[in-house]
Amino acid sequence: MSAAPNNRKLLVKLLSGAVFMFIFALFVMPPLYNVFCEITGIGGKTGGPYVASEAGVDTSRQVKVQFVATNNGAMPWQFGPKVFEVSVHPGEPTEVAFYAKNSTHRNMVAQAVPNVTPFNAAEYFHKTECFCFNQQPLKAGEDAELPLVFIVDRDLPTAITTITLSYTLFDITNQSDDSLAQVN
Amino acid sequence: MSRRASMLFALVFAPAISLAFMSKAVAEEAQRWAVNMPKGATPVSNAIYDIHMIIFWICVVIGVGVFAVMFYSMFAHRKSKGAVAANFHENTTAEIVWTVIPALLLIVMAVPATTALLDVYDTTEAEMDIKITGYQWKWQYEYLGEDVAFVSELTTPEEEIYNTAPKSQYYLQEVSQALVLPAKTKVRFLITGKDVIHSWWVVDLGVKKDAIPGVVNEAWAYIEEPGIYRGECAELCGKGHAFMPIVVNVLEKEEYNAWLAKKKEEVAAERDLAKKTFTLDELMAQGEAAYNRSCAACHAGNGEGIPGVFPALKGSAMATTTGDYAAHLDIVVNGKAGTAMQAFGGQLSEVDIAAIITYERNAWGNSTGDLVQPLDVLKFKQGQ
Amino acid sequence: MAHGPAKGIGRWLFTTNHKDIGTLYLWFSFAMFLLGGTFAMVIRAELFQPGMQLIKPEFFNQMTTMHGLVMVFGAIMPAFVGLANWLIPMMIGAPDMALPRMNNLSFWILPFGFSLLASTLFMEGGGPNFGWTFYAPLSTTYAPSTVNYFIFGMHIIGASSIMGSINIIATVLNMRAPGMTLMKMPMFVWTWLITAFLLIAVMPVLAGAVTMMLMDINFGTSFFDAAGGGDPVLFQHVFWFFGHPEVYIIVLPAFGVISHIIPTFSRKPLFGYSSMVYATASIAFLSFIVWAHHMFLVGMPIGGELYFMYATMLIAVPTAAKVFNWISTMFRGSISYETPMLFAIAFVVLFTIGGFTGLMLAIAAADVQYHDSYFVVAHFHYVMVAGAVFSGTAAVYYWLPKWCGRMYNETMGKVQFWISFIGFNITFFPQHFLGLAGMPRRYADYALQFSDWNMISSIGAFIYGASQLLFIFNVIRTIRSGTPVSEPKTWEGAEGLEWTVATPAPYHTFATPPEVK
Repeated sequence: MSAAPNNRKLLVKLLSGAVFMFIFALFVMPPLYNVFCEITGIGGKTGGPYVASEAGVDTSRQVKVQFVATNNGAMPWQFGPKVFEVSVHPGEPTEVAFYAKNSTHRNMVAQAVPNVTPFNAAEYFHKTECFCFNQQPLKAGEDAELPLVFIVDRDLPTAITTITLSYTLFDITNQSDDSLAQVN
Repeated sequence: MSRRASMLFALVFAPAISLAFMSKAVAEEAQRWAVNMPKGATPVSNAIYDIHMIIFWICVVIGVGVFAVMFYSMFAHRKSKGAVAANFHENTTAEIVWTVIPALLLIVMAVPATTALLDVYDTTEAEMDIKITGYQWKWQYEYLGEDVAFVSELTTPEEEIYNTAPKSQYYLQEVSQALVLPAKTKVRFLITGKDVIHSWWVVDLGVKKDAIPGVVNEAWAYIEEPGIYRGECAELCGKGHAFMPIVVNVLEKEEYNAWLAKKKEEVAAERDLAKKTFTLDELMAQGEAAYNRSCAACHAGNGEGIPGVFPALKGSAMATTTGDYAAHLDIVVNGKAGTAMQAFGGQLSEVDIAAIITYERNAWGNSTGDLVQPLDVLKFKQGQ
Repeated sequence: MAHGPAKGIGRWLFTTNHKDIGTLYLWFSFAMFLLGGTFAMVIRAELFQPGMQLIKPEFFNQMTTMHGLVMVFGAIMPAFVGLANWLIPMMIGAPDMALPRMNNLSFWILPFGFSLLASTLFMEGGGPNFGWTFYAPLSTTYAPSTVNYFIFGMHIIGASSIMGSINIIATVLNMRAPGMTLMKMPMFVWTWLITAFLLIAVMPVLAGAVTMMLMDINFGTSFFDAAGGGDPVLFQHVFWFFGHPEVYIIVLPAFGVISHIIPTFSRKPLFGYSSMVYATASIAFLSFIVWAHHMFLVGMPIGGELYFMYATMLIAVPTAAKVFNWISTMFRGSISYETPMLFAIAFVVLFTIGGFTGLMLAIAAADVQYHDSYFVVAHFHYVMVAGAVFSGTAAVYYWLPKWCGRMYNETMGKVQFWISFIGFNITFFPQHFLGLAGMPRRYADYALQFSDWNMISSIGAFIYGASQLLFIFNVIRTIRSGTPVSEPKTWEGAEGLEWTVATPAPYHTFATPPEVK
């Protein structure tokens, strides 16, 4: 029948369509999602290091910035902000610190994952320096002050008066042999 | 023929009869036979209720119209009645009309739906913040900026769940410590998860939000009336999913302030208690209670765990080597990475941890005779 | 080509005949339906009263998970692939499926996939317990040790579906009889063609999702682990990008079946054929852009919520058009009520109710209360059971005489219809109330105020379950000893090429293509 070669051609086309979708799901969707999140602030995700511009400080209003910390799963460190809340002017670089102590008897590595609420504030909250950009190794019993410098964008919508920055601390000792080597 | 007619009759009226039955029952036992969403106690829950009812009635009206036509033709155009089929199979006007009308109706629905959603999302200008953290299988509440935090767990005893004791009124809805909130105050909730995804749902507050590890979500409530509101976890989170209820105790503002002051004192007192030395009997008694609350969900009340999922403590090397409790202390305080074993150092008091470890080392035939004091736990936690 | 079937077990193992493979699919899906139904009975028995009576919570979670997986992937999808195998070549005047050897393969890997999946129930650690939606990290970091079997099983099932769809598309596009233009194709063929494209687009995405899980669990990547820069919410986006079209994959062929049965027993052509085709296509298209309405509570910016809400509400338009078309087909017809018609009418009623609750669920604000409650359970059972099981049952009664040359017992069919219609509603209607009153789904045990409706729901489930036994009895009885029929056209009002061949349908049909005017 004349349909047979057509069938084979169609089979190849449809199969490549399926393979394309598989590759799309595996290699395109995750990065696409991350880009999308950073643009829209889905999940309160914030961007990477920010280079301050010379826009100046907006002294006409103040924004409350709160700091919250969570230990994920079995993460045993003591971890929390040094101050719970600061008031800042938009455009003004502000330095605060978190405190972390590895109270266990083994060397560990942690990763802090930041989150901003409300989500529509995420794109206006810039970190110029943050411990969350790197993994944090701490030896057994060691403690550290973790610095954070941030700027609230002058374009922050005026409806937003409180921004909450929260960090979730994950134990990544098993995933990061390199950093552990540095500690040891 | 009459048999067919009676069948049709049943098909048409079965829902109506069951509705009538329902409304009677509702009058008798509103709570047990609840058929609708409660209006709830906050402006948001009321807004949700209203939009729910609007959409519901629109659907009912459309449904009645559509089914009326259908049942009419089922009845009037029966072959057994001698109906002869017409042969039309297209009518562009009709098809356009019934595309356009639903589209217009949807626009009508979209307006109140959007307003209600804006309401749900308006977390601005909250007067206080509560951080809610979901764990397997309990909730932790932190009063941000107040240095008060506690874990809230199910207190319904296993005997009630496994039917060896009669079930109490608030079966599966009682917790060790309720979340206490002031009335007439805009409270913002920051909701996150520690291990898997949970969802904090209190139907009367109109609040449900996923608690996702690594993500902090927002929700809010302004509760008019003091009272006790109960809720539950709404996202499948493992075997204890049905066993991590929520209880919110709303007090008048003054009462709330008094409660908060007292709570702060209790926190200080608990710290002092950690320095006291306990006897074996005291620790065993407290340990059994604390174990059943915090550990039995996985390791089972008899310490046998679940083979292949949660390890047994009964007879395990870690809990049966006399004198050597460092590893035992470490795993309870610091947890075990990559497993469901949490770090309890941050959620239980030193006294509870000491009592649990003592209990685990001396119960179900484990007989180390070891006595772990709260002070040992405290020292361990401080890295000494 | 002119020989009959081979003898013995070899006929079934090596067959490339579309009718044989269709039969295999149908029996397999019915076996899976009984297995998934057994799981459902366990669930409802445990929920008959508050307290844990029969099973432990961890096993309960395995039951809900396996019920969902087996029903969706084992019962519903293969049932419609089976119908497609039997009917599509006969409906378009083709001698067989376009790729018969692949057809054999796509069926025979299915039993392996499900054996893998079901075998985990007997392993240490137990079967999958993370829900049929298997959200990370419950299904990755916190999964039971058997999760790799689950992943492998899903891969096999996915591969089978993709091969099945390719075959259907190739058959429909290349094998139609002369004169059978696209816009002359029967609705069942149209809906399956669109469904097959949906499957090819989204089954690989599901495969991608489980592959990412596999890598996270075994190879240290962090697609879904926030610690390594991933995001558990990403899993839900990927899953529902597959999962929402999947809903239409299940229900579109059902639309096709109903669009055959209603005209037959109304003795009147289908109203609005071309608008049916366009409505099907637009539903398929919309299904790709609404997935996040399953995730209104994960924390989306309000703009996203509004977009997904509006887009979801739009689906009501083509769906309503379909319902109006079916009713217009019945209007001024000459209607008789044989068993397939009863099931088809029940489908329209129940599916419309499920559609209304679906519209309610689309309202993002109200979803705050509905989400993950029994209201959702009620909703999707109204859509899925009505959509798939009622229409599937209707299809079997409708075409069974053509397949085996024997008539089923009409009285028994009607009795089964009424038992299942009543049982179904007793089971699922009260679940709306439970959900609205605040009972979350996937609960192994519940507070006392939910006791009464749960008990009623369980009783309904036992009735509904029993009605399926009557169904299988009727089918087997028909095949073995039903009244023989030999008219090519079993039903007075039936139209289409499958009713022009002899009854029972010979092993090979349309070796020479018919002429379609």
